[in-house]
Amino acid sequence: MALYSEKVMDHFTHPRNVGTIEDASGVGEVGNAKCGDIMKIYLKIENDIIEDVKFETFGCGSAIASSSMATEMIKGKSIHEAMRLTNKAVAEALDGLPAHKMHCSVLAEEAIKSALLDYFQKNNIPYDENDFPNSEHAPQCE
Amino acid sequence: MQVYADNAATTKMSKTAINAMLPYMESIYGNPSSLHSVGQQAKEALEAAREKMAAILGCEPREIYFTSGGSEADNQAILSAARTGARKGKKHIITTAFEHHAVLHTLKKLEREGFEVTYLDVRTNHNITAQQVQDALRPDTCLVTVMYANNEIGSILPIAEIGAICRASGVPFHTDAVQAVGHVPINVHEQQIDMLSLSAHKFHGPKGVGALYCRRGLLLSSLIEGGAQERGKRAGTENVPGIVSMAAALQESADHMEENAKKVSAMRDRLIAGLSQIPHSALNGDPVHRLPGNVSFCFEGIEGESLLLLLDAKGVCASSGSACTSGSLDPSHVLLAIGRVHDVAHGSLRLSLSEYNTEEEIDHILCAVPEVVRYLRNMSPVWRDLQTGKREYIL
Repeated sequence: MALYSEKVMDHFTHPRNVGTIEDASGVGEVGNAKCGDIMKIYLKIENDIIEDVKFETFGCGSAIASSSMATEMIKGKSIHEAMRLTNKAVAEALDGLPAHKMHCSVLAEEAIKSALLDYFQKNNIPYDENDFPNSEHAPQCE
Repeated sequence: MQVYADNAATTKMSKTAINAMLPYMESIYGNPSSLHSVGQQAKEALEAAREKMAAILGCEPREIYFTSGGSEADNQAILSAARTGARKGKKHIITTAFEHHAVLHTLKKLEREGFEVTYLDVRTNHNITAQQVQDALRPDTCLVTVMYANNEIGSILPIAEIGAICRASGVPFHTDAVQAVGHVPINVHEQQIDMLSLSAHKFHGPKGVGALYCRRGLLLSSLIEGGAQERGKRAGTENVPGIVSMAAALQESADHMEENAKKVSAMRDRLIAGLSQIPHSALNGDPVHRLPGNVSFCFEGIEGESLLLLLDAKGVCASSGSACTSGSLDPSHVLLAIGRVHDVAHGSLRLSLSEYNTEEEIDHILCAVPEVVRYLRNMSPVWRDLQTGKREYIL
């Protein structure tokens, strides 16, 4: 199907890191079922390193592919590197997304940030609130 | 195995329809308005097609106007009736909440021009009753436009009963019959239909051609100005190959309607029975009054676009009313109109069959769909929440 790049189709049909982590250090969930997209990210963090990451996604092909790619991009990286992951980088790594699907990559970035925020808050680690903007810019479907 | 199960979107052209059009591209390519013999031969073919279609639909040849398809026919029918109504000070129109966009968007335009539109509720049985039409009629009603059968969920509406009510009240009755023509028996005279839209590519004819039946005596205004083709109601040189092919396709569909409907509805029923086994799923559309080829389901906890892509990878061509497949953020207005909430409407699947499908293909679909639904549910946080009781099942 020409709608998506081969990379998107590969990550959609063979998603990496699907599942959950029982004793996750941080969990983040963004999106809502009404809009047709929910992403949930589980992080296992040791010594500031993301030792493991899993995801669950309810959504379209590009939402699943974005989650899969985003988890690949932060696995084994430090939390500081993970904080710098942008939706643009996720979309580029997938060889691009159709314009009306870019919000899927935004959701992936936000899901990871949301899981990191959960980790910081659980462990009383100071963080800069400006690094976690409200996801107001996400498309509204009401 | 490649299974085409999207016949409500469009159909494969039949050999009969293809063969019918070839002479009108190769040798009899004249303009029907030309006086010379090549033109007049084309004119004869055009009028023969009109007669053939009129005989099948139960009207006079002069009541058939060829158009570019169903959308144009819908636009012309509705705008004509509205114009006639407005002249008499009647600016109220009755329709249903789940019409095709060709109807709904035309009505929205009229609303902006001061018309008032009543959208009949379709939540009960995913259908309407003739009584609802009766109750909605007002002295200033200038048009009732109700689809013959719904394109997404397959419900067949009580057209003859609505026709009788409208005729008795003297209100023009238009029906968008794009999904029904060639699939279910239609007689505009007996069913008291005043205007009817149809499209060739839904019954194995070519794309880009359709027709509007308009009962003699009703005023029709043209959407396209120009030459005097179609008795001055539709300018532009006629698509002769397309029209001849459409008439041949309709004739073929009419000749085999009973056997096709029997075969197709048996496959449909097998699919419905099989897919109903998937937990937390629901059939969309009227289970009794239903198009022979329509199967429409909602599956809780998954999203339709990913479902379609994975089915495509397994060789099954289907469609969905999810937001992600429509390019908008809202799921199908039809699914919302029948009362499906957003969360569930996103997980919809439509399989639409034709007589070209086989029992083996149905086996393949019955194997592929549950597998893909299970796979997607296993990675869905919504499904996990449903299963762990954090979220309540809707279906």
